[in-house]
Amino acid sequence: MPLTDRPIHELLPRLAKKEIAAADLAHDVAARIEAVDGRIHAFLEWDRDELLAAARDVDERRARGEALGPLAGVPVGIKDVINVKGHTCRCGSKILQGYVAPYDATVIAKLRAAGAIPVGRLNMDEFAMGSSQENSAFGVTRNPWDLDRIPGGSSGGSAAAVAAGEVQLTLGSDTGGSIRQPAAVCGVVGLKPTYGRVSRYGLVAFASSLDQIGPFARDVTDAALLFAVIAGHDPNDSTSLPEPVPDYTRALTGDVRGLRLGLPKEYFTEGMDREVETAVRAAVKTLASLGAEIVEISLPHTAYALAVYYIIATAEASANLARFDGVRYGFRAKDAKDPMDMYGRTRGAGFGPEVTRRIILGTYVLSSGYYDAYYLRAQKVRTLIRRDFTEAFQRCDAILTPTSPVPAFRIGERADDPLTMYLSDIFTVSANIAGICGVSVPCGFTAQPKLPIGLQVLGKPFGEETILRVAHAYEQATAWHRERPVIGDS
Amino acid sequence: MSPEKQTPQLDVPYLAQLARLSLTPEQVARFSGQLQQIVAYVEKLEEVNVEGIEPTAHATPITNVFRADEPRPCGDPGPFLKNAPQQANNLFIVPKIVE
Repeated sequence: MPLTDRPIHELLPRLAKKEIAAADLAHDVAARIEAVDGRIHAFLEWDRDELLAAARDVDERRARGEALGPLAGVPVGIKDVINVKGHTCRCGSKILQGYVAPYDATVIAKLRAAGAIPVGRLNMDEFAMGSSQENSAFGVTRNPWDLDRIPGGSSGGSAAAVAAGEVQLTLGSDTGGSIRQPAAVCGVVGLKPTYGRVSRYGLVAFASSLDQIGPFARDVTDAALLFAVIAGHDPNDSTSLPEPVPDYTRALTGDVRGLRLGLPKEYFTEGMDREVETAVRAAVKTLASLGAEIVEISLPHTAYALAVYYIIATAEASANLARFDGVRYGFRAKDAKDPMDMYGRTRGAGFGPEVTRRIILGTYVLSSGYYDAYYLRAQKVRTLIRRDFTEAFQRCDAILTPTSPVPAFRIGERADDPLTMYLSDIFTVSANIAGICGVSVPCGFTAQPKLPIGLQVLGKPFGEETILRVAHAYEQATAWHRERPVIGDS
Repeated sequence: MSPEKQTPQLDVPYLAQLARLSLTPEQVARFSGQLQQIVAYVEKLEEVNVEGIEPTAHATPITNVFRADEPRPCGDPGPFLKNAPQQANNLFIVPKIVE
């Protein structure tokens, strides 16, 4: 059995005892990527020699008796939106053609300090805008459970790589569900941390008040291990908060007795796939049978979350993406007659359709005469949505919802209808708006075809220990996370 | 959204010009229809009573993060300049602005 099939928390003690070498794990990762990624296309690029050399280096340091970090020798796949020094970082966009990261993002520096090995650039929707991976300028990533279906987005490459067993751990980013939704539809665990928990330094900004980096893994324990390494205050990100970082794996006690879990009635209404609803309700029953107390709650402004999100996120994006103007990075349109001509043609040719739409929408909601009606109003409704959660968390310790209203849809099915595509995020955007944390954990499959379903556990600000405890207890009581996709003829 | 509801007409060529995006006529036509639909959707926020509600710009409870005002080395500009499509003498080169 290849080592890629085993969880990292099981391999770490074996690595420490030198029963296996980091080079063995790296070799199996490389072999698996070579065997299946031609069909999945999770990786935009990766370097076999670099991976193996880094693993051998860890083995040599271990042989010399050096003190090694908590993830020594563990490969971690990186979404193409996080700067890794000396490597491309294109954000799935043509406009960053030729860009080479001049520095490591803080999460990459933390991975290296922990002994982990950053691997490759994982495919994504352009500038993290999308829920299907179809907005990547470099081709669609395929869902390992059904190659004709989307892996979710925007961190679709990060989710698919884990689901396909190419690598056990990856990093993604989540602005409105971009970690949790792909985790759900690919049948893996994905955590969006509390806003301010993980440094955004070196993460290419989409919507700065919503973006967070977070981990993907096959199980909750592995996700907690990776999360503990990347979390923490960073002077280079003024929005990161100086809360101490606990040992998240210690929170995974398997015990949810006495925890109050809220079921928001607004999340169980129209538009949800019947099999998704059935699976999520069964998961709620499982948690109740483990001793959690289920309480009905209300989040009255839920129906407005998506509208708030698409105003605030596009407004912030239109400002953040102004920097891509052909002067400092990547692509520049040829033979411009003056700077204005260069900006317009560089951006017109460099950005894909979804990014262009969102820049225009963001420009509109911020433009004179419309600012109060759209942007300012959305910021006020944001206050109401946050207040909903504050009040709900007085009655419960965590909230249970579906992650995605539907399982993975077919590639192309929603590509021409942006508004329908946006509805993929209807259960995930609120966590970003309120700045709280959320995790998606596998909770079943549809019957025919067999497609994964995700349960979302939402928690208070800095309530990651609680939501990981709930997700882990559920996972240990079920076997969904042990299911593996059959990828073509592999 | 009621059918008689008047959503302002989006002037996509004007907005694209504000955002420095050169669009083809086909793009203008396609985006206009799609964006009009999205704007009609987000207008549901009009239903919410926001009187007396303060706006939230940021979900973190912090303001004014300061650091010591001390000079620090800023690192080698080389790798940053190398990413520019055109550069010379430690400067970014752009098309001529003034005749």
